[in-house]
Amino acid sequence: MRVTQGQFSFLPDLTDEQIEAQISYALSNGWSIMVEYTDDPHPRNSLWEMWAQPMFDLGEDEADVVMRDVNACREAFPHLYVKVVAYDRSLNRQTSAMSFIVNRPEYEPGFRLERQEIHDRAIRYTIHSYAGLSTPHGERYGGPGDVSTMGGKPQAAESNGTSAD
Amino acid sequence: MSTTEKDGQKKTKSRWDSGVTPYAEMGYWNPDYEPKDTDVLCAFRITPQEGVDPIEAAAAVAGESSTATWTVVWTDRLTPYEHYQAKAYSVEEVPGTPGQYIALIAYDIDLFEEGSIANLTSSIIGNVFGFKPLKALRLEDIRIPVAYVKTFPGPPHGIVMEREYLDKFGRPLIGATTKPKLGLSAKNYGRVVYEALRGGLDFTKDDENINSQPFMRWRDRYIHCMEAVQRAQAATGEVKGHYLNVTAATMEEMYERAEFAKELGSIIIMQDLTVGYTAMSSMSKWARANGLILHLHRAGHGTYTRQKTHGVSFRVIAKWCRLLGVDHIHAGTVVGKLEGDPNMIMGYYKVLRDNYIKKDLEQGIYFDQDWVSMPGVMPVASGGIHAGQMHQLLHYLGEDSILQFGGGTIGHPMGIAAGASANRTAVEAIIQARNEGRDYYAEGPDILVEAAKGCPELNAALEVWKDITFDYTSTDTADVVVTPTSA
Repeated sequence: MRVTQGQFSFLPDLTDEQIEAQISYALSNGWSIMVEYTDDPHPRNSLWEMWAQPMFDLGEDEADVVMRDVNACREAFPHLYVKVVAYDRSLNRQTSAMSFIVNRPEYEPGFRLERQEIHDRAIRYTIHSYAGLSTPHGERYGGPGDVSTMGGKPQAAESNGTSAD
Repeated sequence: MSTTEKDGQKKTKSRWDSGVTPYAEMGYWNPDYEPKDTDVLCAFRITPQEGVDPIEAAAAVAGESSTATWTVVWTDRLTPYEHYQAKAYSVEEVPGTPGQYIALIAYDIDLFEEGSIANLTSSIIGNVFGFKPLKALRLEDIRIPVAYVKTFPGPPHGIVMEREYLDKFGRPLIGATTKPKLGLSAKNYGRVVYEALRGGLDFTKDDENINSQPFMRWRDRYIHCMEAVQRAQAATGEVKGHYLNVTAATMEEMYERAEFAKELGSIIIMQDLTVGYTAMSSMSKWARANGLILHLHRAGHGTYTRQKTHGVSFRVIAKWCRLLGVDHIHAGTVVGKLEGDPNMIMGYYKVLRDNYIKKDLEQGIYFDQDWVSMPGVMPVASGGIHAGQMHQLLHYLGEDSILQFGGGTIGHPMGIAAGASANRTAVEAIIQARNEGRDYYAEGPDILVEAAKGCPELNAALEVWKDITFDYTSTDTADVVVTPTSA
């Protein structure tokens, strides 16, 4: 299956050039940018891990700075979901303005729907990832098993685009 | 002062003499009145009967919608009546339309119960619309003062919270109403919902007249729809919803249905405008307390919003619904099958979404309106729209909208899921192109054709519906142009 969260999941995966164009649009609106990743793409998981601090002060022509972070995150977690989020702090928005996936696992096993039959034909539903939430962080989606790489940007990585390996 | 013949002599009639005195002379017309920040202001389009003075007609509207009755009553003198009288303060002829006038009337905030649309409407559109000296009367716009705004709850969640709940940003949401709207069994109904959601829609919807009929009772529908929603969520990894219509004959039944929707894990319910302002207000409180998004289908509004000379403009209904609190409301498509002049509809969308709306007569907006950060309502475009219009829909309706393609999904030649995928691909392609700086409105058809190269479903949709437009003259267009004397 294909997780279709985000703005552009029904289009072919965006090229780097296309990603940069979207980032430029966000910056031209004065939005700040975050790069986030996860090994738990449950539809209700609204808190993906932050690759680094949000980038607040970039100029309109600095999409390449964001791309360095995008690439660093993708290199650190080529087997996971990575998304770019643009954030609009203006009054009465104060929420995300854009959100699109820029990296996904080669194989997406999807979700199992569990039904608990309760009273009078009513059913209570739960969704579980086949990638296995019973598997520790780091091992899901065929990860190397190093738990320390999850829960934030690895200590070794720099936001200037160096790899986390 | 009016005069009466008495004993062969002219005698000036005093304000308090028994009998009938023109409304304009009883204090309901005051051209020098300066509206207070706390007043409710109304713009009425009045069409007086032949021979009726427009100022007297406007004063009569002010009188009959506030303190007056047809004759002088001495008991007015027990009150500070000047305070409670509504005041017509401006009457202007509609340019180019003889016999029609725009009257502006101010009402003191003390006339209205806090947080009650039922009370507000009983005053302002209560008796007065049947008043004989008028041929027709239309409430064009209403300014709700900040002090009164703050007595209302507003949307249970609002646009921002809904987007965070769905985790969907930066594009219009898309949906479909299940068709045929009547006659499907619960299982078949669930099939339509499942196919449409797994194919790429965010929402599906009960139609307004799907409640609990012999062919499908509400409880069975809810169970099958939620199976469909949950299956689609598992298939896509996205949050999905089906607007379960809780409209029923009594409030008790509406609560019963809403509770069951919640128990099954639905994220959204809907109600029809026909249930009335009090019922809608009650459901709004329930929806906020229970965390369900509340959709409103404006069933029946056309009976009083459509005609230009009589009734209530939809922009007024939209304001009342934002105040009492709904998260979604149908507000027109511009390009679809139902009535709607583009300027008027863009005005409705502003009224629902923006925080501060400036007077703009071209869009039918007569007053500035400050919502003081009351969350916005998501406008829903539904009725005769399809994927080939995506660039126009984004241009007219903007990103914070819900585009509902019922026939445009279910009528797709390759099936319901394919129809859903076509719509989703189209919206994503247009958003991508807009963000890349392309002139998406002018280049829309090309952008869609390009996207269709990688998406046979979109290609088929563009072929089937390529020439479908609903190009009829609107009945409600702007005619009150800005003039130097306009207030």
